[in-house]
Amino acid sequence: MSLDLGDALHTFFAESRGLLQDMEEALLRLETAPDDAEAVNAVFRAAHTIKGAAGLFGLDAVVAFTHKAENVLEQVRNNALPLTEELIGLFLACRDHIERLVDLTSAQGEMDDDVRTQGEALGSRLSLCMGDADVPLPVEAASPVVSAGGGRTAGEAWHLSLRFGQDVLKNGMDPLSFIRYLATLGEIRHLATLADALPAAAGMDPECCYLGFEISLKSEADKARIESVFEFVRDDCQLRILAPGSRVADFLELIAALPEDRTRLGELLVASGALTQRELDESLAIQECESARQEPVQPLGEILVEHQMVQPELVGAALSKQKDARQRQSQEARFVRVHADKLDSLINLVGELVIAGAGVGLMAARHQDGAMAESVSGMARLVEDIRDGAMRLRMVEIGDTFNRFRRVVRDVSKEIGKDIELLIGGADTELDKTVVDKIGDPLTHLVRNAMDHGIESAQVRLARGKPAQGSVRLDAYHDAGGIVIEVTDDGGGLNRDRILAKARERGLIQDGDSLADREVWNLIFEPGFSTAEQVSNLSGRGVGMDVVRRNIEALRGSVEIESQPGVGSTFRIRLPLTLAIIDGFLMGVADGHYVVPLDTVLECVELEAGRDERDFLNLRGEVLPLLRLRQHLALQGRPLRRQNVVVVRCAGRKAGLVVDELKGEFQAVIKPLGQVFSRVRGISGSTILGSGQVALVLDVPALLDEAATDQAAALQA
Amino acid sequence: MEIRSERHEACLRLYLAGEMTIYSAAELKPALLDAMGQSEEIEIDLAGVGEMDTSGVQLLMLLKREAAAAGKTLRLAGHSPAVLEVFELLGLGNWFGDPQLLPAGLGAAWEATP
Repeated sequence: MSLDLGDALHTFFAESRGLLQDMEEALLRLETAPDDAEAVNAVFRAAHTIKGAAGLFGLDAVVAFTHKAENVLEQVRNNALPLTEELIGLFLACRDHIERLVDLTSAQGEMDDDVRTQGEALGSRLSLCMGDADVPLPVEAASPVVSAGGGRTAGEAWHLSLRFGQDVLKNGMDPLSFIRYLATLGEIRHLATLADALPAAAGMDPECCYLGFEISLKSEADKARIESVFEFVRDDCQLRILAPGSRVADFLELIAALPEDRTRLGELLVASGALTQRELDESLAIQECESARQEPVQPLGEILVEHQMVQPELVGAALSKQKDARQRQSQEARFVRVHADKLDSLINLVGELVIAGAGVGLMAARHQDGAMAESVSGMARLVEDIRDGAMRLRMVEIGDTFNRFRRVVRDVSKEIGKDIELLIGGADTELDKTVVDKIGDPLTHLVRNAMDHGIESAQVRLARGKPAQGSVRLDAYHDAGGIVIEVTDDGGGLNRDRILAKARERGLIQDGDSLADREVWNLIFEPGFSTAEQVSNLSGRGVGMDVVRRNIEALRGSVEIESQPGVGSTFRIRLPLTLAIIDGFLMGVADGHYVVPLDTVLECVELEAGRDERDFLNLRGEVLPLLRLRQHLALQGRPLRRQNVVVVRCAGRKAGLVVDELKGEFQAVIKPLGQVFSRVRGISGSTILGSGQVALVLDVPALLDEAATDQAAALQA
Repeated sequence: MEIRSERHEACLRLYLAGEMTIYSAAELKPALLDAMGQSEEIEIDLAGVGEMDTSGVQLLMLLKREAAAAGKTLRLAGHSPAVLEVFELLGLGNWFGDPQLLPAGLGAAWEATP
């Protein structure tokens, strides 16, 4: 397949992935509520749109497979095929296959045998479903019209006039399937196909639709429901619906509005039982006279109300529904797709702007020019706004990432035979796009672990007095300038003894060591550590948790564990909100400059002289451990006589950093340190000051950890 | 879509096999029109039609109309279940006016159609 990978095709790939996502969500919703007609529609719509779009690009493999799936879906939509759990599983597998096909195309890969056999297997399973559904059509034969002695009167049925747009077929929609679907709402009493619009053979495009339909439908459904049948083709189709018992005048209105010959339509209506011949003749005659007066045409809604065919509320409801649809469209139009690279380069530029702005500020301060200082501060405020705005462009809600886990939880719980539900909280919490992209893998690992190791089997759960269904909870919220993501399970909790035994076996700890819970839990992040008695194909191989921690640390984040035996465990991931620019607090130690994120700074206090030797401070009755940066970083030079303490807080811990100078707030554009410094702990990056000097960004959690280990070591010595 | 044609004296008989859908419509239209130009009497055998959508019906309707306009005879025969289903749904049996062999279940209902 030779492809011109144009922009349109990229859009197709992006949209297909979005649609597949929708499809998956709808299928999972159907698993709990198989009667959700809206969800069935959503699945159908997704498959249908993908097929249509793939057809435009000539992606035959995608079209052919999706077409098969769509056929079965249509059966489901028409209630011809019950939606069993097995069928949902099959559709999920189909969805995955479509995704694979789309991915293959986007990577310009060739279909290998694996994919082909898989596709064929799924295809044959689909055909099997169709075979089962090979029951007589739901359409009942039309009954005799205007029966003389029967109880039915003509006024009982809805009358629908359908004129499909020429492009419906090209858009991948078949008018027949809409009529079949319509038949599920009731009984099609009469259907007339109109070919009047069919042009002469030479001018006829076989891929255009020229047919119109007059349908008489006996149904309990209301107008909105009938209208919704044609939801997919609303823009591509002229639809007129007359309620049962509509007045003759309304039919005349209809006849006048339709393109076909008036007499012929009249006859049709008589044939379909909507009108009697006498009514038609009389009315046509009256209309002839009236049309001479040339009254302005009233809007249909007004006519309907005036003729008391439809209550005003109904028209109101219909109008507001239309308005909703229009609003939704305009909302979609308010989004602009932007290439992520463009955003990145914008953020980089804003970063440079912040640095340059700081430089200008410094110059202004040096010249002691009041007017200039004022305009510089005005500019600085604007730069700050631009920075915030640019950063916000990259913010996305974490909900989408969370929702992806519904599938993971479903599949894994099937695989390991446990009944587990996924609860999601804080889905609207926003964080940086790059963080969201990179957090998926570690989260998957934690969720799988929670399901496999955390949650007990149903028997054990019942014996422990818990509900048989286990739950895994994903939560996100903002906290102290960062974002916290929690994976919580209500399982058995971590087994302290087993972890300790394993750690001794591996020589990670000594026999005599007494460890706090927190330290014990952290052991599971050591490479090659696994306490699972049985290795499943999900987890328990001991690879993973160390990778999880490494991934999170690469995002300048941290992970901690809370666990209670028999109650469950919580894995708490803390991440910085953004990776590029932060509000920092600038400090001086010796000749160097250091920055900590402003959100971690609680307060600054002066360190009283003469108390140098102690490593803690009495802060309003609270013991505050001190970390002397000069000593800790092994800097040269004598400390100044007056030193300051910056009180920082992180992950619930507080400490004081002892520094020489406080230099105030500073917008830090974080530049990563080179590979050479990758092993340096306690420093997460560098930034450039207005003067051109380099300042180091301190990694507060790591510093605190290190200070704690140092202290413990000093105590033991 | 495959078309096989046989000539029985004056009658040109076309056997269609495959799908009469939007995917084959563009190819089918010229082929069928061309065939119609070759004979005064045409019979289209639909026994091999596995699937039919609006474009397929529409094409048959076009042929029927063109044939009538040119004073030719066009018959449809051997309607496959897929074709019958569509004709029944759209109430087109009478429109074409060809005898249809109906499966047992559908036959009774069909006779009630006006």
